[in-house]
Amino acid sequence: MRPVEIKEGVHWIGVVDWNCRNFHGYARSANGTTYNAFYIEDEKKVLVDTVSKGSESQFLCSLAHLTKPEEIDYIVVNHLEPDHAGCLEKMVELCKPEKIFVSVMGGKNIATFFDSKDWPVHVVKPGEEVSIGKRTLRFYETRMLHWPDNMFTYCPEDKLLFTSDAFGQNIAASERWVDEMSKEMVADHMQQYYANIITPYSSKVIKTLETFAGLNLDVDMICPDHGLMFRGDDCAFALEKYMEFAKQEPKNKATLFYDTMWSSTERMISAVASGLVSEGISVKVMSVKANHHSDIMSEVFDSAAVVIGSPTHNNGILPGMADALTYVKGLRPQGKIGAAVGSFGWSGECVKILNEWLEKMGCDIIEPQIKAKNRPNHDTLKECFQLGVTIAAAIKAKTAK
Amino acid sequence: MKYVCTICGWVYDPAEGDPDGGIAPGTKFEDIPEDWECPVCGAGKDDFEPEE
Ligand SMILES: Cc1cc2nc3c(=O)[nH]c(=O)nc-3n(C[C@H](O)[C@H](O)[C@H](O)COP(=O)(O)O)c2cc1C
Ligand SMILES: [Fe+2]
Ligand SMILES: [Fe+2]
Repeated sequence: MRPVEIKEGVHWIGVVDWNCRNFHGYARSANGTTYNAFYIEDEKKVLVDTVSKGSESQFLCSLAHLTKPEEIDYIVVNHLEPDHAGCLEKMVELCKPEKIFVSVMGGKNIATFFDSKDWPVHVVKPGEEVSIGKRTLRFYETRMLHWPDNMFTYCPEDKLLFTSDAFGQNIAASERWVDEMSKEMVADHMQQYYANIITPYSSKVIKTLETFAGLNLDVDMICPDHGLMFRGDDCAFALEKYMEFAKQEPKNKATLFYDTMWSSTERMISAVASGLVSEGISVKVMSVKANHHSDIMSEVFDSAAVVIGSPTHNNGILPGMADALTYVKGLRPQGKIGAAVGSFGWSGECVKILNEWLEKMGCDIIEPQIKAKNRPNHDTLKECFQLGVTIAAAIKAKTAK
Repeated sequence: MKYVCTICGWVYDPAEGDPDGGIAPGTKFEDIPEDWECPVCGAGKDDFEPEE
Protein backbone atom coordinates (compact mmCIF):
# COMPACT_ATOMS: atom_id res chain seq x y z
CA MET A 1 0.00 0.00 0.00
CA ARG A 2 0.94 3.61 -0.52
CA PRO A 3 2.26 5.51 2.49
CA VAL A 4 -0.33 7.33 4.61
CA GLU A 5 0.59 10.66 6.18
CA ILE A 6 -0.59 10.45 9.79
CA LYS A 7 0.81 13.82 10.96
CA GLU A 8 2.54 16.40 8.85
CA GLY A 9 5.82 14.78 7.87
CA VAL A 10 5.06 11.50 9.65
CA HIS A 11 4.09 8.60 7.43
CA TRP A 12 2.77 5.11 7.94
CA ILE A 13 4.79 2.84 5.68
CA GLY A 14 3.53 -0.53 6.80
CA VAL A 15 2.59 -3.65 4.90
CA VAL A 16 -0.80 -5.34 5.03
CA ASP A 17 -0.40 -9.11 5.18
CA TRP A 18 -3.80 -10.19 3.88
CA ASN A 19 -2.94 -13.87 3.83
CA CYS A 20 -1.36 -14.40 7.23
CA ARG A 21 -3.44 -17.04 9.05
CA ASN A 22 -0.96 -18.29 11.59
CA PHE A 23 0.67 -15.46 13.46
CA HIS A 24 4.29 -16.35 14.30
CA GLY A 25 3.50 -20.05 14.12
CA TYR A 26 1.35 -20.27 17.25
CA ALA A 27 -1.67 -17.92 17.16
CA ARG A 28 -4.45 -17.86 14.65
CA SER A 29 -4.91 -14.63 12.72
CA ALA A 30 -8.09 -15.31 10.79
CA ASN A 31 -8.19 -11.74 9.50
CA GLY A 32 -4.55 -11.44 8.46
CA THR A 33 -2.34 -8.83 10.06
CA THR A 34 -0.26 -5.76 9.32
CA TYR A 35 3.31 -4.84 10.06
CA ASN A 36 3.30 -1.12 10.73
CA ALA A 37 6.43 0.95 10.29
CA PHE A 38 6.87 4.72 10.13
CA TYR A 39 8.98 7.33 8.42
CA ILE A 40 9.53 10.77 9.94
CA GLU A 41 10.76 13.60 7.74
CA ASP A 42 12.62 16.26 9.76
CA GLU A 43 16.16 17.62 9.80
CA LYS A 44 17.03 14.05 10.54
CA LYS A 45 15.14 11.47 8.54
CA VAL A 46 13.99 8.65 10.76
CA LEU A 47 12.69 5.16 10.22
CA VAL A 48 10.67 3.73 13.12
CA ASP A 49 10.71 -0.07 12.91
CA THR A 50 10.53 -2.12 9.72
CA VAL A 51 8.37 -5.03 8.57
CA SER A 52 8.79 -8.79 8.29
CA LYS A 53 11.41 -10.04 5.87
CA GLY A 54 8.85 -11.53 3.49
CA SER A 55 7.35 -8.06 2.97
CA GLU A 56 10.65 -6.35 2.24
CA SER A 57 9.95 -5.45 -1.40
CA GLN A 58 6.56 -3.90 -0.58
CA PHE A 59 8.17 -1.97 2.22
CA LEU A 60 10.96 -0.59 0.02
CA CYS A 61 8.41 0.31 -2.63
CA SER A 62 6.32 2.20 -0.08
CA LEU A 63 9.35 4.05 1.25
CA ALA A 64 10.42 4.95 -2.29
CA HIS A 65 7.34 7.21 -2.57
CA LEU A 66 8.84 9.37 0.17
CA THR A 67 12.62 9.17 0.13
CA LYS A 68 15.68 7.26 -0.91
CA PRO A 69 17.00 4.88 1.75
CA GLU A 70 20.40 6.57 1.71
CA GLU A 71 18.72 9.78 2.93
CA ILE A 72 17.72 8.11 6.19
CA ASP A 73 19.80 9.16 9.19
CA TYR A 74 18.31 7.31 12.12
CA ILE A 75 16.63 3.97 12.59
CA VAL A 76 14.59 3.34 15.74
CA VAL A 77 14.25 -0.33 16.64
CA ASN A 78 11.44 -0.56 19.18
CA HIS A 79 11.60 -4.35 19.08
CA LEU A 80 14.02 -6.88 17.61
CA GLU A 81 11.50 -9.60 16.76
CA PRO A 82 11.70 -10.55 13.08
CA ASP A 83 8.23 -9.21 12.23
CA HIS A 84 9.52 -5.70 13.03
CA ALA A 85 13.25 -5.95 12.51
CA GLY A 86 13.06 -8.41 9.62
CA CYS A 87 14.31 -5.79 7.16
CA LEU A 88 16.79 -4.21 9.53
CA GLU A 89 19.88 -5.78 8.01
CA LYS A 90 18.80 -4.70 4.53
CA MET A 91 17.96 -1.20 5.71
CA VAL A 92 21.27 -0.77 7.49
CA GLU A 93 23.01 -1.81 4.30
CA LEU A 94 20.94 0.60 2.15
CA CYS A 95 20.61 3.55 4.55
CA LYS A 96 24.03 3.49 6.16
CA PRO A 97 22.39 5.19 9.15
CA GLU A 98 24.21 7.53 11.47
CA LYS A 99 22.55 5.92 14.47
CA ILE A 100 20.38 2.93 15.35
CA PHE A 101 18.42 3.39 18.56
CA VAL A 102 17.65 0.37 20.74
CA SER A 103 16.66 -0.20 24.36
CA VAL A 104 19.07 -1.52 26.98
CA MET A 105 17.89 -5.09 26.42
CA GLY A 106 17.87 -4.45 22.67
CA GLY A 107 21.53 -3.52 22.98
CA LYS A 108 22.24 -6.74 24.84
CA ASN A 109 20.46 -8.85 22.26
CA ILE A 110 20.97 -7.24 18.85
CA ALA A 111 24.15 -9.18 18.11
CA THR A 112 22.25 -12.46 18.60
CA PHE A 113 20.06 -11.55 15.63
CA PHE A 114 22.46 -9.68 13.36
CA ASP A 115 26.11 -9.38 12.62
CA SER A 116 25.89 -5.92 14.11
CA LYS A 117 29.35 -5.31 15.54
CA ASP A 118 30.10 -2.55 13.02
CA TRP A 119 26.65 -0.96 13.24
CA PRO A 120 26.25 2.47 14.88
CA VAL A 121 24.04 1.08 17.66
CA HIS A 122 23.04 3.65 20.27
CA VAL A 123 21.58 2.15 23.43
CA VAL A 124 19.08 4.56 24.97
CA LYS A 125 18.43 4.90 28.67
CA PRO A 126 14.77 4.93 29.71
CA GLY A 127 13.44 8.45 29.18
CA GLU A 128 16.38 9.49 26.98
CA GLU A 129 15.65 12.08 24.30
CA VAL A 130 17.12 12.78 20.91
CA SER A 131 16.40 15.86 18.86
CA ILE A 132 15.72 15.27 15.17
CA GLY A 133 15.15 18.93 14.25
CA LYS A 134 11.72 20.38 14.95
CA ARG A 135 10.88 17.22 16.81
CA THR A 136 12.15 15.22 19.73
CA LEU A 137 12.01 11.47 20.12
CA ARG A 138 11.88 10.12 23.65
CA PHE A 139 12.33 6.44 24.43
CA TYR A 140 10.62 4.46 27.18
CA GLU A 141 11.56 0.96 28.16
CA THR A 142 8.54 -1.38 28.15
CA ARG A 143 10.25 -4.65 28.98
CA MET A 144 8.20 -7.81 28.52
CA LEU A 145 5.52 -6.18 26.47
CA HIS A 146 6.16 -8.79 25.22
CA TRP A 147 9.91 -9.35 24.84
CA PRO A 148 12.65 -8.03 27.11
CA ASP A 149 13.76 -5.50 24.48
CA ASN A 150 10.43 -3.79 23.72
CA MET A 151 10.31 -0.03 23.99
CA PHE A 152 7.93 2.81 23.13
CA THR A 153 8.99 5.90 21.20
CA TYR A 154 7.22 9.16 22.00
CA CYS A 155 7.24 12.39 20.04
CA PRO A 156 5.97 15.22 22.31
CA GLU A 157 5.63 17.81 19.51
CA ASP A 158 3.29 15.55 17.53
CA LYS A 159 1.80 13.82 20.62
CA LEU A 160 2.56 10.54 18.99
CA LEU A 161 3.26 7.27 20.77
CA PHE A 162 4.74 4.35 18.82
CA THR A 163 4.03 1.28 20.93
CA SER A 164 5.40 -1.70 18.99
CA ASP A 165 3.43 -4.85 19.93
CA ALA A 166 1.35 -3.26 22.68
CA PHE A 167 -2.23 -2.36 21.65
CA GLY A 168 -1.82 -4.35 18.43
CA GLN A 169 -4.45 -6.43 16.69
CA ASN A 170 -4.28 -8.96 13.90
CA ILE A 171 -6.40 -7.20 11.31
CA ALA A 172 -5.66 -6.81 7.63
CA ALA A 173 -7.63 -3.88 6.23
CA SER A 174 -7.43 -0.98 3.84
CA GLU A 175 -8.44 1.25 6.77
CA ARG A 176 -5.68 2.53 9.03
CA TRP A 177 -7.66 3.92 11.97
CA VAL A 178 -9.83 2.37 14.63
CA ASP A 179 -12.45 5.09 14.06
CA GLU A 180 -12.92 3.89 10.48
CA MET A 181 -14.10 0.47 11.58
CA SER A 182 -16.39 -1.08 14.16
CA LYS A 183 -14.96 -0.46 17.61
CA GLU A 184 -16.42 -3.70 18.93
CA MET A 185 -14.66 -5.65 16.20
CA VAL A 186 -11.40 -3.91 17.04
CA ALA A 187 -11.86 -4.52 20.79
CA ASP A 188 -12.45 -8.19 20.09
CA HIS A 189 -9.27 -8.42 18.04
CA MET A 190 -7.33 -6.52 20.69
CA GLN A 191 -8.52 -9.05 23.22
CA GLN A 192 -7.58 -12.03 21.03
CA TYR A 193 -4.14 -10.52 20.53
CA TYR A 194 -3.74 -9.79 24.23
CA ALA A 195 -4.97 -13.25 25.27
CA ASN A 196 -2.54 -15.02 22.98
CA ILE A 197 0.52 -12.83 23.35
CA ILE A 198 0.46 -10.54 26.36
CA THR A 199 -1.42 -12.48 29.09
CA PRO A 200 1.66 -13.83 30.92
CA TYR A 201 2.98 -10.31 31.41
CA SER A 202 -0.22 -8.83 32.81
CA SER A 203 1.42 -7.67 36.03
CA LYS A 204 4.01 -5.82 33.93
CA VAL A 205 1.21 -4.30 31.85
CA ILE A 206 -0.41 -2.89 34.98
CA LYS A 207 2.90 -1.44 36.19
CA THR A 208 3.66 0.03 32.77
CA LEU A 209 0.21 1.60 32.46
CA GLU A 210 0.54 3.07 35.94
CA THR A 211 3.97 4.45 35.12
CA PHE A 212 2.63 6.04 31.94
CA ALA A 213 -0.40 7.47 33.73
CA GLY A 214 2.05 9.08 36.18
CA LEU A 215 4.02 10.61 33.30
CA ASN A 216 0.94 12.47 32.09
CA LEU A 217 2.07 12.38 28.49
CA ASP A 218 0.00 14.29 26.03
CA VAL A 219 -0.94 11.59 23.53
CA ASP A 220 -3.35 11.96 20.65
CA MET A 221 -2.16 9.07 18.53
CA ILE A 222 -1.17 5.55 19.54
CA CYS A 223 0.53 3.68 16.74
CA PRO A 224 1.03 -0.03 17.37
CA ASP A 225 3.04 -2.20 15.01
CA HIS A 226 0.11 -4.49 14.13
CA GLY A 227 -3.33 -3.54 12.91
CA LEU A 228 -5.20 -0.26 13.19
CA MET A 229 -4.02 2.92 14.89
CA PHE A 230 -5.81 4.93 17.57
CA ARG A 231 -6.39 8.68 17.42
CA GLY A 232 -8.29 11.20 19.56
CA ASP A 233 -10.58 9.60 22.14
CA ASP A 234 -9.62 6.16 20.92
CA CYS A 235 -6.25 6.53 22.68
CA ALA A 236 -8.01 6.47 26.05
CA PHE A 237 -10.04 3.52 24.80
CA ALA A 238 -6.81 1.60 24.03
CA LEU A 239 -5.41 2.29 27.49
CA GLU A 240 -8.66 1.38 29.25
CA LYS A 241 -8.93 -1.88 27.33
CA TYR A 242 -5.40 -2.88 28.29
CA MET A 243 -6.03 -2.15 31.96
CA GLU A 244 -9.21 -4.23 31.76
CA PHE A 245 -7.40 -7.13 30.06
CA ALA A 246 -4.47 -6.99 32.48
CA LYS A 247 -6.78 -7.29 35.49
CA GLN A 248 -8.23 -10.51 34.01
CA GLU A 249 -11.58 -10.11 35.65
CA PRO A 250 -13.63 -13.21 34.85
CA LYS A 251 -16.99 -13.07 33.06
CA ASN A 252 -20.04 -15.15 33.81
CA LYS A 253 -18.70 -17.72 31.41
CA ALA A 254 -17.08 -21.15 31.21
CA THR A 255 -14.98 -22.65 28.43
CA LEU A 256 -15.08 -26.43 28.06
CA PHE A 257 -12.42 -27.94 25.82
CA TYR A 258 -11.86 -31.59 25.18
CA ASP A 259 -10.81 -34.32 22.81
CA THR A 260 -12.60 -37.57 22.28
CA MET A 261 -12.31 -40.89 20.39
CA TRP A 262 -15.76 -42.50 20.57
CA SER A 263 -17.74 -39.54 21.93
CA SER A 264 -17.93 -40.71 25.54
CA THR A 265 -15.84 -37.81 26.85
CA GLU A 266 -17.74 -35.50 24.51
CA ARG A 267 -21.06 -36.58 26.00
CA MET A 268 -19.72 -36.00 29.51
CA ILE A 269 -18.54 -32.50 28.60
CA SER A 270 -21.89 -31.84 27.02
CA ALA A 271 -23.68 -32.80 30.22
CA VAL A 272 -21.43 -30.51 32.28
CA ALA A 273 -22.25 -27.72 29.81
CA SER A 274 -25.98 -28.35 30.28
CA GLY A 275 -25.58 -28.09 34.03
CA LEU A 276 -23.78 -24.75 33.64
CA VAL A 277 -26.36 -23.40 31.22
CA SER A 278 -29.23 -24.47 33.47
CA GLU A 279 -27.75 -22.10 36.05
CA GLY A 280 -27.47 -19.20 33.63
CA ILE A 281 -23.76 -19.47 32.80
CA SER A 282 -22.67 -18.73 29.25
CA VAL A 283 -20.58 -21.60 27.83
CA LYS A 284 -18.18 -22.24 24.96
CA VAL A 285 -17.83 -25.92 24.14
CA MET A 286 -14.73 -26.51 22.06
CA SER A 287 -13.41 -29.73 20.64
CA VAL A 288 -9.66 -29.45 20.13
CA LYS A 289 -10.16 -31.10 16.75
CA ALA A 290 -12.49 -28.35 15.56
CA ASN A 291 -10.72 -25.44 17.26
CA HIS A 292 -7.19 -24.13 17.12
CA HIS A 293 -5.47 -23.76 20.50
CA SER A 294 -5.31 -19.99 20.07
CA ASP A 295 -9.09 -19.72 19.64
CA ILE A 296 -9.49 -21.84 22.77
CA MET A 297 -7.17 -19.45 24.63
CA SER A 298 -9.16 -16.43 23.43
CA GLU A 299 -12.26 -17.93 25.10
CA VAL A 300 -10.47 -19.18 28.22
CA PHE A 301 -9.07 -15.68 28.70
CA ASP A 302 -12.28 -14.05 29.90
CA SER A 303 -13.91 -17.18 31.35
CA ALA A 304 -14.32 -17.75 35.07
CA ALA A 305 -14.00 -21.52 34.66
CA VAL A 306 -12.32 -24.08 32.43
CA VAL A 307 -13.61 -27.61 32.17
CA ILE A 308 -11.34 -30.04 30.38
CA GLY A 309 -11.93 -33.54 29.09
CA SER A 310 -9.94 -36.31 27.48
CA PRO A 311 -10.14 -40.06 27.29
CA THR A 312 -7.19 -42.15 28.44
CA HIS A 313 -4.87 -42.79 25.52
CA ASN A 314 -1.70 -44.92 25.86
CA ASN A 315 -1.65 -44.29 29.61
CA GLY A 316 -1.90 -40.56 28.99
CA ILE A 317 -4.25 -38.06 27.37
CA LEU A 318 -4.92 -37.48 23.67
CA PRO A 319 -2.22 -35.43 21.93
CA GLY A 320 -4.67 -32.71 20.86
CA MET A 321 -5.41 -32.03 24.52
CA ALA A 322 -1.71 -31.94 25.36
CA ASP A 323 -1.28 -29.33 22.63
CA ALA A 324 -4.11 -27.14 23.90
CA LEU A 325 -3.08 -27.51 27.55
CA THR A 326 0.58 -26.74 26.87
CA TYR A 327 -0.46 -23.61 25.06
CA VAL A 328 -3.06 -22.39 27.54
CA LYS A 329 -0.91 -23.11 30.58
CA GLY A 330 2.05 -21.33 28.95
CA LEU A 331 0.01 -18.13 28.75
CA ARG A 332 -0.61 -18.33 32.51
CA PRO A 333 -4.23 -17.21 32.72
CA GLN A 334 -4.97 -16.24 36.33
CA GLY A 335 -7.70 -17.05 38.80
CA LYS A 336 -9.70 -19.73 36.99
CA ILE A 337 -11.98 -22.38 38.40
CA GLY A 338 -11.12 -25.81 36.95
CA ALA A 339 -12.72 -29.23 36.57
CA ALA A 340 -11.92 -32.40 34.62
CA VAL A 341 -13.81 -35.36 33.17
CA GLY A 342 -12.88 -38.27 30.92
CA SER A 343 -13.60 -41.77 29.72
CA PHE A 344 -11.31 -44.80 29.84
CA GLY A 345 -11.12 -48.46 28.90
CA TRP A 346 -8.75 -50.15 31.35
CA SER A 347 -6.01 -48.16 33.14
CA GLY A 348 -7.83 -44.80 33.31
CA GLU A 349 -5.11 -42.20 34.02
CA CYS A 350 -6.80 -39.41 32.05
CA VAL A 351 -8.58 -37.49 34.79
CA LYS A 352 -5.61 -37.63 37.13
CA ILE A 353 -3.38 -36.15 34.43
CA LEU A 354 -5.92 -33.47 33.49
CA ASN A 355 -6.16 -32.58 37.13
CA GLU A 356 -2.39 -32.15 37.36
CA TRP A 357 -2.62 -29.66 34.50
CA LEU A 358 -5.33 -27.73 36.31
CA GLU A 359 -3.19 -27.65 39.44
CA LYS A 360 -0.19 -26.37 37.49
CA MET A 361 -2.45 -23.67 36.06
CA GLY A 362 -3.27 -22.59 39.59
CA CYS A 363 -6.99 -23.33 39.20
CA ASP A 364 -9.41 -23.63 42.10
CA ILE A 365 -10.39 -27.22 41.45
CA ILE A 366 -14.00 -28.33 41.72
CA GLU A 367 -14.73 -31.93 42.69
CA PRO A 368 -15.70 -34.56 41.81
CA GLN A 369 -13.42 -35.48 38.95
CA ILE A 370 -15.63 -37.76 36.94
CA LYS A 371 -14.39 -40.86 35.12
CA ALA A 372 -16.54 -43.18 33.04
CA LYS A 373 -15.57 -46.71 32.03
CA ASN A 374 -16.12 -46.99 28.26
CA ARG A 375 -19.52 -45.31 28.11
CA PRO A 376 -21.04 -42.87 30.58
CA ASN A 377 -24.35 -44.31 31.77
CA HIS A 378 -27.33 -42.27 32.78
CA ASP A 379 -26.13 -41.85 36.36
CA THR A 380 -22.68 -40.68 35.27
CA LEU A 381 -24.20 -38.12 32.93
CA LYS A 382 -26.40 -36.89 35.78
CA GLU A 383 -23.26 -36.55 37.88
CA CYS A 384 -21.70 -34.52 35.07
CA PHE A 385 -24.77 -32.28 34.92
CA GLN A 386 -24.54 -31.82 38.67
CA LEU A 387 -20.85 -30.94 38.34
CA GLY A 388 -21.92 -28.16 35.95
CA VAL A 389 -24.37 -26.88 38.56
CA THR A 390 -21.66 -26.92 41.24
CA ILE A 391 -19.22 -25.06 38.97
CA ALA A 392 -21.95 -22.50 38.21
CA ALA A 393 -22.33 -21.76 41.92
CA ALA A 394 -18.57 -21.29 42.23
CA ILE A 395 -18.57 -18.94 39.21
CA LYS A 396 -21.35 -16.86 40.71
CA ALA A 397 -19.51 -16.62 44.01
CA LYS A 398 -16.39 -15.53 42.15
CA THR A 399 -17.96 -12.94 39.84
CA ALA A 400 -20.05 -11.50 42.67
CA LYS A 401 -16.87 -10.40 44.46
CA MET B 1 17.86 -21.51 47.41
CA LYS B 2 17.36 -20.32 43.81
CA TYR B 3 14.55 -17.94 42.88
CA VAL B 4 12.75 -17.80 39.57
CA CYS B 5 11.20 -14.73 37.95
CA THR B 6 7.49 -15.34 37.38
CA ILE B 7 7.46 -12.87 34.49
CA CYS B 8 10.32 -14.05 32.27
CA GLY B 9 11.63 -17.24 33.85
CA TRP B 10 15.12 -15.93 34.67
CA VAL B 11 16.64 -17.78 37.62
CA TYR B 12 18.49 -16.03 40.43
CA ASP B 13 21.31 -18.26 41.63
CA PRO B 14 22.85 -16.92 44.87
CA ALA B 15 26.17 -18.54 43.91
CA GLU B 16 26.34 -16.27 40.86
CA GLY B 17 24.50 -13.21 42.12
CA ASP B 18 23.78 -10.49 39.57
CA PRO B 19 27.08 -8.64 39.18
CA ASP B 20 25.67 -6.28 36.47
CA GLY B 21 22.91 -5.33 38.89
CA GLY B 22 25.36 -4.79 41.74
CA ILE B 23 24.63 -8.06 43.54
CA ALA B 24 27.81 -9.89 44.52
CA PRO B 25 28.11 -13.68 44.10
CA GLY B 26 27.10 -15.38 47.32
CA THR B 27 24.26 -12.94 48.12
CA LYS B 28 21.17 -14.69 49.43
CA PHE B 29 17.95 -13.67 47.68
CA GLU B 30 16.57 -12.33 50.97
CA ASP B 31 19.55 -9.99 51.25
CA ILE B 32 19.04 -8.32 47.87
CA PRO B 33 17.85 -4.70 48.21
CA GLU B 34 14.10 -4.24 47.69
CA ASP B 35 14.58 -1.91 44.70
CA TRP B 36 16.59 -4.46 42.71
CA GLU B 37 15.11 -5.53 39.37
CA CYS B 38 15.28 -8.70 37.29
CA PRO B 39 18.13 -8.19 34.80
CA VAL B 40 16.14 -9.65 31.92
CA CYS B 41 12.64 -8.23 32.30
CA GLY B 42 12.84 -5.56 34.98
CA ALA B 43 10.40 -7.31 37.30
CA GLY B 44 10.59 -6.41 40.98
CA LYS B 45 11.77 -8.66 43.80
CA ASP B 46 8.17 -9.54 44.70
CA ASP B 47 7.71 -11.08 41.25
CA PHE B 48 10.15 -13.85 42.20
CA GLU B 49 9.26 -17.24 43.67
CA PRO B 50 11.46 -19.95 45.24
CA GLU B 51 12.44 -22.53 42.63
CA GLU B 52 10.93 -25.94 43.28
C1 LIG C 1 5.12 -15.33 22.11
C2 LIG C 1 6.56 -15.69 22.33
C3 LIG C 1 6.96 -16.18 23.54
C4 LIG C 1 8.28 -16.51 23.78
N1 LIG C 1 8.64 -16.99 24.99
C5 LIG C 1 9.94 -17.22 25.27
C6 LIG C 1 10.34 -17.63 26.57
O1 LIG C 1 9.53 -17.78 27.48
N2 LIG C 1 11.65 -17.81 26.80
C7 LIG C 1 12.58 -17.67 25.82
O2 LIG C 1 13.76 -17.90 26.07
N3 LIG C 1 12.24 -17.27 24.57
C8 LIG C 1 10.93 -17.04 24.27
N4 LIG C 1 10.57 -16.63 23.01
C9 LIG C 1 11.60 -16.35 22.00
C10 LIG C 1 11.81 -17.50 20.99
O3 LIG C 1 12.19 -18.69 21.64
C11 LIG C 1 12.89 -17.05 20.01
O4 LIG C 1 12.38 -16.02 19.21
C12 LIG C 1 13.44 -18.16 19.14
O5 LIG C 1 14.62 -17.67 18.54
C13 LIG C 1 12.48 -18.59 18.03
O6 LIG C 1 13.02 -19.68 17.34
P1 LIG C 1 12.53 -20.10 15.86
O7 LIG C 1 13.18 -19.12 14.94
O8 LIG C 1 12.94 -21.51 15.69
O9 LIG C 1 11.05 -19.93 15.85
C14 LIG C 1 9.24 -16.34 22.76
C15 LIG C 1 8.82 -15.86 21.53
C16 LIG C 1 7.51 -15.53 21.30
C17 LIG C 1 7.11 -14.99 19.96
FE1 LIG D 1 6.79 -9.00 19.13
FE1 LIG E 1 4.97 -8.06 16.51
